[in-house]
Amino acid sequence: MNLQELIVNCICHATANVFTTMLGVEVRQGETRIENGAPEVNDGVVSLIGLAGSWTGAGSISCTPALACRICSALLMAESTSVDEDVLDAVAELTNMIIGSVKTDLEEHLGPLGLSIPTVVFGRNFRTRSAANADWMVVPFDWDGEILLVRLCLTRAERETRGHLQIASHPCTVDV
Amino acid sequence: MSPDVLVVDDSAAIRKILQRVLRQTGMDIGTIHEAGDGQEALELLKLHKPALILSDINMPKMDGLQLLAAVKGSDSWREIPVVMITTEGGEAKVGEAVKLGAAGYVRKPFTADQIKEKLAGILEPVLPL
Repeated sequence: MNLQELIVNCICHATANVFTTMLGVEVRQGETRIENGAPEVNDGVVSLIGLAGSWTGAGSISCTPALACRICSALLMAESTSVDEDVLDAVAELTNMIIGSVKTDLEEHLGPLGLSIPTVVFGRNFRTRSAANADWMVVPFDWDGEILLVRLCLTRAERETRGHLQIASHPCTVDV
Repeated sequence: MSPDVLVVDDSAAIRKILQRVLRQTGMDIGTIHEAGDGQEALELLKLHKPALILSDINMPKMDGLQLLAAVKGSDSWREIPVVMITTEGGEAKVGEAVKLGAAGYVRKPFTADQIKEKLAGILEPVLPL
């Protein structure tokens, strides 16, 4: 199994597990793709989290505002109808749990990795770009017709210490 | 008087979920205090002495392992059991938490039953089921 297949397997296992355990729902995995080059324009909610260590990169989750509200409602068992602090916090925590689980699974193969605190962006017509020039594994998940995208990119750090600096000084940027 | 619990997590969503799960366990729990990071938790500990601390690891300002070290290094608080609830499932973090004196460890995502099972063993003498 190559690294891309390993990452996709870890994402699928982690996402299914988090949705089943914390939200009590099943999600259906879509077709995996690789993104490289100009990032797509986003409308909605994007949550980003950094990875650092002997490998560096980032993970993200993106979805529509409606799906973000639905995730929050299922997680907190209280209805959310608009994107507010609770919804952004719920999406951030979902990212933390999914990418955190992926990180733990990957550590068995890649060695210890660090995880940053998630950052959530909500808006229209914006692009997210990582300073790391790497391919992004993109795995869509379908929850009753609503699509959640889980993305992850990972590259070997030139040196472990530099990897930490890269994450700290050049996190994902947002072009609005 | 029912013993208090302190929940420490930078996610308000997780604090709310843990509040709900703790109430659903059937344990005789008093006030559930909440803190968003280790520093806030230490301030709360000066005012209240809970029977249990549930803490995340990855948090801004002061993380859960630093909080654990501070609690276990204090004459006033070292008897309070601290259970780590976190996405950090790697052996290094688990080992560090155990070495610092954590009473238990629950990995996110978690079910209500997993929390209840973990707490039952730790808290039976303090919080009657």
